[in-house]
Amino acid sequence: MLEVHGVTCVFGGLTALDEVSFTARAGEITGVIGPNGAGKTTLFNIVTGIYTRTAGRIVLDDCDISGLPPERLARLGLVRTFQNIELFGQMTVLENVMVGLHTRSRSGFLSCACKLPHHLAEEKRIRSQAFELLEFVGIPDLADTVAANLPFGKGRLLEIARALAVQPRLMLMDEPAAGLNSRETWQLGELIRKIRENGVTVVLVEHDMELVMDICDAIVVLNLGKKLAEGTPRQIQENPEVIAAYLGEG
Amino acid sequence: MRRELLKFALFSALVLTVPALVKGGYLLNVLVFVGINTMLAVALNLLLGFAGQISLGQAAFYGLGAYLSGVLTTTHGWNPWTALCAAAVAVGLLAFVIGLPILKLKGHYLAMATLGFGIIVFIVFNEYVDVTGGPSGFPGIPGMQIGDLRFDSDLKSYYLIWGMALLVILLAVNLTQSRIGRALRAIHDSEVAARVLGVNARLLKVQVFTCSAVISCVAGSLYAHTVTFISPSTFGFHFSVELLTMVIIGGLGSIYGSCLGAALLTLLPEFLRTFQDYDIVVYGLLLILMTMFLPGGLVQGGEIVWRWLRQLWPGKAG
Amino acid sequence: MDFSQQISQYLLSGLATGAIYALIGLGFAIIYNSTGIINFAQGEFVMLGGMFGVYFHTIHNFNLVVALLLAVACAAISGVVFERLAIRPLRKATPLGLVIITIGGSILVRGIAMLVWGKDTHALPTFSGDEPITLAGATLLPQHLWIFALTVLLIAVNKLFFQFTITGKALRACAVNQRAAGLVGIDVRRMVMFSFLLASGMGALAGIIIAPLTMTSYDVGIMLGLKGFCAAIIGGMSNGIGTVLGGLILGVLEALGAGLISSGYKDAVTFIILLLILFLRPQGLFSRGDSERV
Repeated sequence: MLEVHGVTCVFGGLTALDEVSFTARAGEITGVIGPNGAGKTTLFNIVTGIYTRTAGRIVLDDCDISGLPPERLARLGLVRTFQNIELFGQMTVLENVMVGLHTRSRSGFLSCACKLPHHLAEEKRIRSQAFELLEFVGIPDLADTVAANLPFGKGRLLEIARALAVQPRLMLMDEPAAGLNSRETWQLGELIRKIRENGVTVVLVEHDMELVMDICDAIVVLNLGKKLAEGTPRQIQENPEVIAAYLGEG
Repeated sequence: MRRELLKFALFSALVLTVPALVKGGYLLNVLVFVGINTMLAVALNLLLGFAGQISLGQAAFYGLGAYLSGVLTTTHGWNPWTALCAAAVAVGLLAFVIGLPILKLKGHYLAMATLGFGIIVFIVFNEYVDVTGGPSGFPGIPGMQIGDLRFDSDLKSYYLIWGMALLVILLAVNLTQSRIGRALRAIHDSEVAARVLGVNARLLKVQVFTCSAVISCVAGSLYAHTVTFISPSTFGFHFSVELLTMVIIGGLGSIYGSCLGAALLTLLPEFLRTFQDYDIVVYGLLLILMTMFLPGGLVQGGEIVWRWLRQLWPGKAG
Repeated sequence: MDFSQQISQYLLSGLATGAIYALIGLGFAIIYNSTGIINFAQGEFVMLGGMFGVYFHTIHNFNLVVALLLAVACAAISGVVFERLAIRPLRKATPLGLVIITIGGSILVRGIAMLVWGKDTHALPTFSGDEPITLAGATLLPQHLWIFALTVLLIAVNKLFFQFTITGKALRACAVNQRAAGLVGIDVRRMVMFSFLLASGMGALAGIIIAPLTMTSYDVGIMLGLKGFCAAIIGGMSNGIGTVLGGLILGVLEALGAGLISSGYKDAVTFIILLLILFLRPQGLFSRGDSERV
C-alpha cells in the first residue's frame, strides 16, 4: 500500500534521512521504531507532506504522492495523528470530529450562508456520522465537552476519531501511546486493531516496545537516518544489529 | 439551530422597533452609522475572529466601495444599485487577487502587509484628484432609491442600512454554524491539523478575505449614498484600528458581539464629546486589556456575569 | 538640471532617507532576533525621539546636543517601560493575541504622545545650518551629511558591540537559541530588555536626525515604522549589513519613484515594494533560501 523509495532529507548540513526505503502492506499494522534522533518523525513529516524531501519517492497504491501537500493527501485517503495532539481546542469534541468530515461534504459558502436544503441535509448526516465515530473510539459521552478541557488520554482518542472521519485508506500515527498509562495503552492497542479490522492500513511511530511487538504485523527499524532492518516482530527482536543500536550507541 | 433563529428574530425585532422608541432626531442619525459599522465589524470578525487572520486594511475596501459607487453614480450617471453591484464584483476580484499572495503571510507579517495595502489605497484616494476629488472630498453623491421611493430621510436610511445589516448578520451566522465555519475555526486553532484533515486552508482563507472585502465594499457604497459627500480621511488607518477595536470589544468569534462593539464605539464619541481627544489612548488600552484578560470580549464578559448571577440564585433559570 | 544630475540628486537624497530607514530597520531586527516578535511599536519610538527632541530643545530651550541626548535617553527608557508593561506579560498569549497586543501597544504610545503634545507638527532646527552643498551635481543640505555620518557611526558601533562585547555576544546567542542561552547562564530577560533599549534608542536617534528635514508630529510613527520594517525585511532581518543595505535600497527606490513617477505617490511606491518583497521573497534579498519547510 505505502512504498517509500530512497527518501533522503537534508536540513542545512544535517542529513536527517539517508536513502530510507520500506513498504507497508495493505491491511497490516506496520511499526516504525528506532532510538531518539533516528529520523522517525522526520520521515513521517515527509510522507504526510509537512516537510519537503531532498530526494526519493513515495507511492500510495501505485499513485506517486511525493511532495503533495497534506490537504491533497487527505483526499487521497492518507491521514495522520500528531504526537502532541493538535486538537481544535476552542471547539467541542463533536465539532472536532465534524471537521474531519470536511472532505466528505460539499456545501460551499453560498449554500451554507443561505441554508439551502442540500446543506441542511448534509449537516444532519455529518453530525450523526461524527457521533458514530465517537462511539467507535469510546467517548460518545464527551460529545459536547470543549476539546481544550479533555484529559490527555481522551484527547488522544478524539484525535483518532477525527482522523478516521476522513475515511482514510492509510493512517499514520505519531507516537500514539506517548503520555498514556498502561491501561490506556492497552486500550489503544485494541482500538488500533479494530481500525485495522475496518480495512484501514496503519503505520505507527512508537517508543513503547510492548505495544509495538504486541500489535504490529511488520516493523521497520531506523537508526541515525538510515533503515537498519525490516521484518516481523520476531525477526526484529532477534536481529543483532537492532539490539546493538538500542543498547550500544544509545 | 432553532436557538440561533430565535436570537436572530429577537435581534431583528429590536432593530426594527428602535426608531419608534428613539423618535427621530440626532440619535437616529447616529444609529444609521451603527448599522454601517456593524456590517464592517461583522466582515472583519469573519476574517479575524473565525479564521484568525489579522487585517489592518479593511478601511481600504470600505473606501473603495464608497468611491466606486460615488464616482460611477455621480460622474458617470449610473444607477446606484448597478454601481453597488459592480463595485462589489470589482472589489471582490481585487480582494481575491490580493488575497492569494497576502494570506500566505502570517501574524505580524500579514498585519504589516494589510497595513501597507490599506495605506496604498488611501494614498490613491488622496492623490487621484481628477477622479476622487482628493483631500477636499467628493460631493454630490445621489441618494439610494427603489423605484419612486427615495431614501432621503434618517428614518428611511435607517431601514435601508439596517435591512442590509440584518441580511449580513443572518448570512454570517449561518456561515459560521456550518462546515465552512467549522473549517475556519479549525484553521484558527491549528492550521496544520486542519490541512491534514483535508481542509484547503489557503483557499478558504482567501475566500473569507474576499467575502469580508465584499461586505465592506457594500457597506461603503451604502455609506456614500447616505452621506452624499465622502473624503479620504474616513478611510484611513485610524478607522481600521477603530474597526479592530470594535471586533475585539464585542468578542472575537461572536457575530452579535461585533454589533455590540460597533454600537459602543459609534455611540460613545457622540455622548462623550471629550472622547475625541482620548480616543486613540482608549483604543490602545482596550486592545491590550481585552486581549489579555477578556479575549471573548463583552459577550464573554456577559456570559461570566450571567453564570455568576445564576449561581447566586440557584434553581431560578434552571 | 540635466538628467544625470537629477538622477544623482535622487540617489543622494535617497541614500540619506535610506540611512534613516536602515536605523529603524535595525531596531526591528534586533528585537526580532532576540525575542522572535516584530515590535509593532518601533515606529512610535522613532516618533518619540523627534518629539522629545522638540520638547527639550524648542519648549525648554536646552542646547541642541543636550536635547538630542536627553531625547534618546527618554525614548530608550520608554522602550524599556514598554517592554516591561506590554511585552513581558505576553508569555502566555496566543500568536494572534500577541499581534493585537503589540498593535494596541503602539497605538497607546501614539495616543499618549497626542495627549501630551497635541496634534500639531513641530520642527527641529537643523544641526548645522541650511547652506546647501553641491556634490556630484546634486544639492545636499548639511543635515543630510549629519544623517550619513551618524548612521555610519551608529552602524559601526552596532557592529563592534555585537562582535566584541560580552553583552553583544550574549544578545547574538539569544537570537540563535534562547533556551540554550539561558542554560549557559545568560539572563535572557535582561537581554530582551537590553534589545528594546537598543532598538528604541536607535529608532529615537533616527527620528531626531530626520526631524529637521521632515517635521515631526504624533503620528509620523506609522509610516516611518512601516518603512523601517520594509528595510529589515529586504535585509532578511539581519542585525548587520543586510538591513543597512535594505534601507539604502528602499530609500533610493523611493526617491527614484518620487522623482521619476510622481511625488504624491512616493509612499505608495514604497509600500508596493514592501508588498512585493513580502509576496515574492519574505526571507529577504540577501539570505540564501534554505530547504523550505511548509
